[in-house]
Amino acid sequence: MSKHHVTTTINGEPAEYLCEAQQTMLDVLRDELGLTGSKEGCSSGDCGACTIICDGNIVCSCLMLGVEAEGRDITTIEGIARGDELHPVQQKFLEHAALQCGFCTPGLIVAAKALLDTTLNPTEEEARYWLAGNLCRCTGYDKILRAVMDAASVMRAEAGR
Amino acid sequence: MSYLDKAALKVVGTRPIRPDGVDKVIGRASFGADMTMPGMLWGKVKRSPHAHARITKIDTSKAEKLNGVLAVVTAADFPNIPNEEAFVGEGPMNFRDLSRNCMARDKALYDGHAVAAVAATSSAIAEEAVDLIEVEYEVLPHVIDVEEAMADGAPLLHDDMFTQGIEPKPEKPSNVAKRITFTKGDIAKGFAEAELVIERKYSTQPVHQAYIEPHACVVSYGSDGQCTVFSSSQGQFMVRAYCAKLLGIDMANIRAIPAEIGGGFGGKTLVYLEPVALALSKKCGRPVKLVMSREEVFRGTGPAAGGVIEVKIGAKKSGRIVAAELVLKYQAGAFAGSPVGPGCMCAFAMYDLDNVHITGYDVVSNRPKVAAYRAPGAPNSSYGVESCVDELARELGIDPLALREMNAARDGTKTPYGPTLVNVGYIPTLEAAKNHEHYKTKLGPNQGRGVASGFWFNIGGESSASVHVNEDGTVAVVEGNPDIGGSRASMAMMAAEVLGIPYEKVRPVVGDTASIGFTFLTGGSRVTFATGMAVTQAAEKVVEQLKSRAAAIWDISPEAVEWKDGKAFPAGSNAGSFEPLSLADIAVKSGRTGGPITAEVSINAQGAGPGFATHICDVEVDRETGHVKILRYTAVQDVGRAIHPSYVEGQMQGGVTQGIGWALNEEYIYDKNGRLDNPGFLDYRVPVASDLPMIETVMVEVPNPRHPFGARGVGEVPIVPPMAAVANAIADAIGTRMRDLPMSPPKIRAALDEQEPPRLAAE
Amino acid sequence: MPRVNYAAPSSVDEAVKALAGASGLAKVLAGGTDLLVQLRSGRIKPDLIVDTKRIPGMIGIRDEGNFFVIGAATPGVMLSSHAGLEHAWPGIVEGADLIGSTQIQGRASLAGNLCNASPAADSVPAVIAARTIVVIAGANGRREAPAEAICTGPGRTSLATGEFIVEFKIPKPKAHQCDAYLRFIPRTEMDIAVVGCGTNVTLDANGVCTDARVVLGAVAPTTVIVEDAAKALIGHKLDDATLAALDKAAQAACKPITDKRGTIEYRTKVAGVLARRTAAIAFERAAAR
Repeated sequence: MSKHHVTTTINGEPAEYLCEAQQTMLDVLRDELGLTGSKEGCSSGDCGACTIICDGNIVCSCLMLGVEAEGRDITTIEGIARGDELHPVQQKFLEHAALQCGFCTPGLIVAAKALLDTTLNPTEEEARYWLAGNLCRCTGYDKILRAVMDAASVMRAEAGR
Repeated sequence: MSYLDKAALKVVGTRPIRPDGVDKVIGRASFGADMTMPGMLWGKVKRSPHAHARITKIDTSKAEKLNGVLAVVTAADFPNIPNEEAFVGEGPMNFRDLSRNCMARDKALYDGHAVAAVAATSSAIAEEAVDLIEVEYEVLPHVIDVEEAMADGAPLLHDDMFTQGIEPKPEKPSNVAKRITFTKGDIAKGFAEAELVIERKYSTQPVHQAYIEPHACVVSYGSDGQCTVFSSSQGQFMVRAYCAKLLGIDMANIRAIPAEIGGGFGGKTLVYLEPVALALSKKCGRPVKLVMSREEVFRGTGPAAGGVIEVKIGAKKSGRIVAAELVLKYQAGAFAGSPVGPGCMCAFAMYDLDNVHITGYDVVSNRPKVAAYRAPGAPNSSYGVESCVDELARELGIDPLALREMNAARDGTKTPYGPTLVNVGYIPTLEAAKNHEHYKTKLGPNQGRGVASGFWFNIGGESSASVHVNEDGTVAVVEGNPDIGGSRASMAMMAAEVLGIPYEKVRPVVGDTASIGFTFLTGGSRVTFATGMAVTQAAEKVVEQLKSRAAAIWDISPEAVEWKDGKAFPAGSNAGSFEPLSLADIAVKSGRTGGPITAEVSINAQGAGPGFATHICDVEVDRETGHVKILRYTAVQDVGRAIHPSYVEGQMQGGVTQGIGWALNEEYIYDKNGRLDNPGFLDYRVPVASDLPMIETVMVEVPNPRHPFGARGVGEVPIVPPMAAVANAIADAIGTRMRDLPMSPPKIRAALDEQEPPRLAAE
Repeated sequence: MPRVNYAAPSSVDEAVKALAGASGLAKVLAGGTDLLVQLRSGRIKPDLIVDTKRIPGMIGIRDEGNFFVIGAATPGVMLSSHAGLEHAWPGIVEGADLIGSTQIQGRASLAGNLCNASPAADSVPAVIAARTIVVIAGANGRREAPAEAICTGPGRTSLATGEFIVEFKIPKPKAHQCDAYLRFIPRTEMDIAVVGCGTNVTLDANGVCTDARVVLGAVAPTTVIVEDAAKALIGHKLDDATLAALDKAAQAACKPITDKRGTIEYRTKVAGVLARRTAAIAFERAAAR
């Protein structure tokens, strides 16, 4: 069972790595590439803490094999900020105190960013259902929803400029 | 000093961005599993598949021979710890029990109980090795349910367990570890005076804290005996104390470094992995990382206790409660130590009662040892009491808030467990709830509204903090409590307020066990109160030094210097005429005026003000499926003084949501073999974003005069009222009382069918 | 996770060869949302994983005359964003869209949902209700089968060793034909269906049902095509008597178990509720076109 050589794009940069077939994308990110921002909360796709964007869709990196990333375009929490400027979702998470322990935060931010890439006018209900796969045990989601809705309004204003 | 005058505050009460925030939104914060060490191995724990079994043999030879395996440990690799009470974590614990909980010795006491562990060069090899460890079990009869565990003839977990609190000592061992009682007045007399007596039995299931971060640690055991433990916990000093005791290591040889903690809610107030990882590391001389899977978290770590709550309340027709009696039977899990004590103490603490009798039983069964969970013990007993009070209010035709106000605890109320309440804000929460627009809105068909109140003591205790003035006039604050929900921001705010400098100039860190004095763990809603007090006092000491340095520069007496807005001023014209010196001005000259300006304060904080809350919940019930939708929720709470209001609201909203989960869907489900049937987030159903409305918060501020800023603990009381608030709302919506949690759709549909058999089924 | 081999063939033939040539257990990887969970938990220990997503046609939706042809590994997110499919079969799209979270939608496929062979699979009832044909590749070439023929019991399928599903052929709706899918779960998201129901109806110009298929999930070892429920609808408008007969037929078809997700009694009752509710939606949709 030799290792597989994978060539892919991670956060806009070319990436190459060796992995074993059973290693998940999350294992690869965390243990091979040192990208520990994606978190392992369940390994079964039920908590969303490992959410990444793969070719434009959010997926649980715990439910994707590392070998599957060949030729794909992957974005992780480490690639959400625009250089040294936080993404509006990140900024609004801070301003609204939308994190307590911060463990679910990377997955939520990646998922919320992907939502706002799709629509800048989500209703609160749409945002709640979009984010239903991201468990947060600390906040009761209230401030998270406020942050996402506020980020949407910031991005609408930016888009209108 | 006191800073109770809210109008004079510049920083406290504002909502700045938390200092650790950016790292957490860009994925750079280092949680328990994020650390690596050079040469690190991967560990894995082997767990019992049996609820109750004698371990007759463990053969590790095949695992040891697997290429890549460097160490295997079993209970034989740990000291056999004698029976000794420990006061290290949040709840009662015994060192022997803790040792045996980390690694089963002789008997496996629950499905998921650790029996061995390996360390290997990769996680895949570690997993293979775990499968190669051969454990022979003699399976024993098991018991899961609390009342079955109490029954005569129940399978015994510990043949040396004789119920404490009964005189004379029982002759036979049992699964009842302890009986406790609290008495005030004379309930026989009280019930004789009652014009209405309501007696009901309620029950709850154990629920898990369900922090999203599984337990994780990375440790190294040096050949010189010096150990480093990097782990996610609610207290690095707790980790150090337990590891030292369980492995016989000097505390000085353990440096426990707190990782960022991905949620705890009480569940990380004890250790599971750290001693095991140290034992592995000691055996192979390499650092070891141990991380639990979610399944291991559910099967092997502490849920909160479930149990039975029997409530009897007697009242006058006016609504005045004249007698109250309570029996609690709480599950402790496999070892003694359920939170039945606080369950007893909190149950009637919202009420000013003359005649009360409370009995509590601490009962072991073949489940994981319970761990603290947010106001441990109080949510169960309060669910019973607050449901029963609601039944009383309905029976009497009195508004439930009015009934509570009539009987409310207030300053001077002597609690059933002893102390007399002072400076409490319960009645203001009832008034705020009553006057809230939410309480007045109309409800539609199949909708209902419930209210409930809750109490939690809050604690103080030992805390240390140091404040260091940097050469450029910025400030470092070092504290000893892992930051579980934004407390670093509060610490920096209190320091900035005292020093009179901007919040951004103060940077707080959580120190490891070698870099700050002893600090009791993050729990009991104590951090903002106790550690905040230490930070405030340390900052005040720094101010005194700054004043004396300014005095030295001006060559006047320190008493003639006044500190205001971050600057030293001459105190009046008699002191002389000098340009004010800022903190930065003094800092840059500190080398010439006596050296670095720092202060460390260690205290045992007393006077944590109790917390009261009153919640309003609206639900809508789908009568055909039994599904309950939370339409609206408002939480009112006396918070003393909100240091950072956003994080106070966050505690309230998070506690409410956990309570809603406990009320509606969360439960431990066991199969007939005593194996946990839902050890994952798929079937252990915590609330998701689409389940909930916004959680409205009302912060009532009745300052706690024992804290410099008036703070009282806020983190725990929010989980106390929700189960009864939801149950009372459901009763209002469907006319049937749900007395067994969770109030899941099948149970509600069954209750509705009992009311009125469905038309179609009757055809 | 246990160690395993991996192949990502670029043609159906290569995939068939890889599956046939595997020394031990070989598993097909489409979206992987069930497979990886089973791997991680140790429930299955395959020697080989064959990733079918690199095979042309396995991902995508084609409009081919009387059929929508859906590649077997097409993720849910592509179904819900396909306007033509969504208009034609909102119930199928609803069912597929209910599989897991947004993240799961980024990967989970119809083939995976069907071949995982859970009676509670959300996409399956409406797919069966639409009389979908699945195209299967194997060592003996291609064959077709009705979707209901695939799952034979919990975790068991009729696929022979080395066979895998290539695509789904979903007939396009006739005039006044439409569908609906509902499932009941304790929360609002992220649960496995306690009961699922897909209902597909064809009406005449007066709103009288001329053809129907009612398919229940999670109430028996496999999904159930409730013939008596269809009979209760055919020849009728959706009045109270029809709904009552439908409810009764749905309940009578249930052979559920009591488990951590629901009791026999509860599942049976809710099956009747969902049959009525999906019929109401499907009738309204069908009448509107």
